[in-house]
Parts: sequence; structure tokens; C-alpha cells
Amino acid sequence: MTATGYVRPASIAEAVAARAAHPDWIVLCGATDLMVEAPLRPAPVGVVDVWALAELCGIAEVDGGAVRIGAATPWRDVVTSPLIAARAPILAAAAREIGALQIQARGTIGGNVGTSSPVGDSLPVLLALDATVELASPRGTRRVPYRDYPTGYRTTALAADELIVAITIPAAHPGARQLWRKVGTRRAQSISKIMAAALLRVEAGRFVEARIGLGAVANRPIRAAGAEAAIVGAPVGEATADAAAAALAAELTPITDVRSTAPYRLATVQQVVRRFVLEASSPSSPD
Amino acid sequence: MKVSLEVNGAARAVDVDPWRRLLDVLREDLRLTGTKEGCGEGECGACTVLLDGAPVNACLVAAGQCHGRKVTTVEGLAGHADGGAVLHEVQAALLACGGAQCGICTPGIAVCASWIVDAEPIGADAGARARVRELLAGNICRCTGYQLIVDAVVEAAQARRAGEGEP
Repeated sequence: MTATGYVRPASIAEAVAARAAHPDWIVLCGATDLMVEAPLRPAPVGVVDVWALAELCGIAEVDGGAVRIGAATPWRDVVTSPLIAARAPILAAAAREIGALQIQARGTIGGNVGTSSPVGDSLPVLLALDATVELASPRGTRRVPYRDYPTGYRTTALAADELIVAITIPAAHPGARQLWRKVGTRRAQSISKIMAAALLRVEAGRFVEARIGLGAVANRPIRAAGAEAAIVGAPVGEATADAAAAALAAELTPITDVRSTAPYRLATVQQVVRRFVLEASSPSSPD
Repeated sequence: MKVSLEVNGAARAVDVDPWRRLLDVLREDLRLTGTKEGCGEGECGACTVLLDGAPVNACLVAAGQCHGRKVTTVEGLAGHADGGAVLHEVQAALLACGGAQCGICTPGIAVCASWIVDAEPIGADAGARARVRELLAGNICRCTGYQLIVDAVVEAAQARRAGEGEP
């Protein structure tokens, strides 16, 4: 058996070069997904280890109110960041429900985006907050709207020579409400049955902005475009909540698997979105 | 790959595949068998160690990632004074409160709880128990002896505050 190759780059440039030099090696960061099956599968040919790579870590304000999160930033830093609490509270809420302390200390936002599981807990939030993914390769840097990033079941827009560098969350309108709900078998350390995240904004009794991101109800994290269309322009209240829930039935393709059933997933996500609309319909209260 | 790391304050070196689990490096190569394997997939916390001071599941750390880093296992929690071992407040409290049953989860709980007491402000208020429960949620006790474990962590946090001269 040949030993697994290993390199620990000291910069983004070195990491990109390592990825280009070893196209069959995996990029490893917090390892909370990749090591789970380590005893069951053949070892990877090699590892480009970006754990704790300084240029990939940290949370900072950029471009007048946007928040940029380095791809190797662990969830624990998201949970405790005052900037995230102020600008993207639903990302902190989702991060707090990812595994438990030990997973939050190692799992990273770039890993969640890169693995692109339909049950990745942060991914509906990135959809609702209209995040952008920053990718680096020998050809330069490009930014992809997160809504275009997942392309299918665990497939993404990432090219073979690209490295996920950062996630940027644009400044939300100060009047927008952010909502988040994960439904699992227990409060901590469970894989989700469904997840829903929303950004909703009301002006003069009508919804003027609606972005809804959902997880575990399709082969990838998805925006609920039909429900959003039913909400934007509609008045606050029950009728709009019902219309949004009805629209979901037409656009979601939940499956039955070990964690839940298709009918349960649909009914639950409809109820959660219904509650989001009702909650955003009432005058905001500090929570 | 030659991996040099600091384990419980001592410099150690092993020659291992970088994909080997830290858990196996500790138990098999370094014979530190206090760290237990429960589920082996990051769900149960029995293998919790501190990696550069943060609580992690040793079953989900690749050996290569440990080069140049510091690892603390349950064997490294106790300090030394006057020639004898001085238990960490958490270890003393687990003993005093009876916060252990079969024992397989205990080393992971001791390591995670030591981090909680060292790094997180756990007050004496009504929310303290809920806070400890949230922070310990990644450590599963299949004997379900959680009450006494939570008692122990709250008591250890109190002992720490008393030791620091706070009320």
C-alpha cells in the first residue's frame, strides 16, 4: 500500500498550486465529513490540507456592510462572532445547530459548501441571504452567486482546479426579517429532516422582498421560487401564508429515506414557511 | 509521513500515514488508551481531545493535520504539584458527584467539560445547567447518567470561580 500524499500549503496561492499539481488529491479542512468514512474506504491518493490556513480563516466586514467569511472558518467562530450576530443572525442560528461543540470546532463553512449535501445545515441560509462564493484557481478568482453553485445531488459549479476561498453575505435591508428553522430528531447532533431559511421584508402592509432557502426537500439546497413569487407583492396575513405553502407542493421533490418520509417533509416545510410568513406579518419584536 | 506533535505537553514523533486517524495514533502508536472509540463517526464524543485547545473528535482528525499542533488527552488533564497529581476541577467534581457509570464516555466528557470550565463562563444562574447541556450535547452517555454529569460540570465551574476568588 502506498502512503497517502500530503501537503499543507501556507497560502491561498500555494493551495491553488498544490491543487493544480495534484488534480487527483482531495482538499481537506475540518475533516468532519471526509473522515467519517475513512475506515470504510480506500485512502485518498493525497491530501491538500487547508485546515487553519490563515488566509482562509476569519470573518470581516467588506464593501459597506457585506460580511466575508473565509472558507476555512470553523462554525464555532461563526456562532461567537458579533458581526454575524448583527448581520446574519440566521447563519449563527444554523451554525449553532450543526452537530455539537466538537463538530462546530472543526466543521467549516467552506466544507459545507464544498460537500454540498442536500442536508448541509448552512446552505438554505446562504440561499436566503443571497450569498456569493469566491473561488480561486490558476486562472484567477471568480465569484459565483450561491444560488447557482449547487448543480445537482452533491455536484457543484466548482471546477476541478478551483479552491473555495470565501463566502460573502451582502448587507440586508435593515427592515428585513431573517428566519430559520431546522427540524430533526433531537435538538443537538442530529441530521436534519428539513431546514428552512428566509429573508422577508414588509413595507406598508405588503411583502416587497422574499427569499426562501430550503434543505432536504430536493436533490440539492434550493430556493423556493414559486413560494417567493406567491409572497412578493402580496399583503401580510394568513392568505399569503397559505398561498406560499400551496406553491411549495408544486416545486419540491422531497424523498423518503432513513431520516424521514416525503409526505412528512413536505407537510413540515409547508408549515414552517407558513409560520415564517405569519411571523413576518406581525410587527417585529426583539427576539 | 513523520508527524511531530505535542501531546500532553511532551514532544512526540510518529511515522504514520497522514490519513491515519488521530484516535489510532493516540491509542495504538502512543499507547494513550484513555481516549475511547465509541461510534467512530463523530457522533458520540467518546474520543474527544483538545486540538490546539479546542474540543474535537479524535476519530475525525487525520494524523497529517496534527503535525506541529498540540493535543491534550484525558491523561493530560491533571496537573502536578508537590510531587503528586492534582485533578482538574472537572475530574474532582465527576468523582465527588458520581458523574460516571460504565465509564466509556467519561474520558471524552472530562476533556470536553474541562474545556467548558476553562473557556466558557458558566455562572451559578438558572441558565447554567441548560448551557452546560448545550455545550456537552456532543458527548453521549449511553447509561444516560446526564444529571450527575451536569451537576459535576456546574460544580467544577463553581470551584473554578471560587479558586479565582470570585463569589
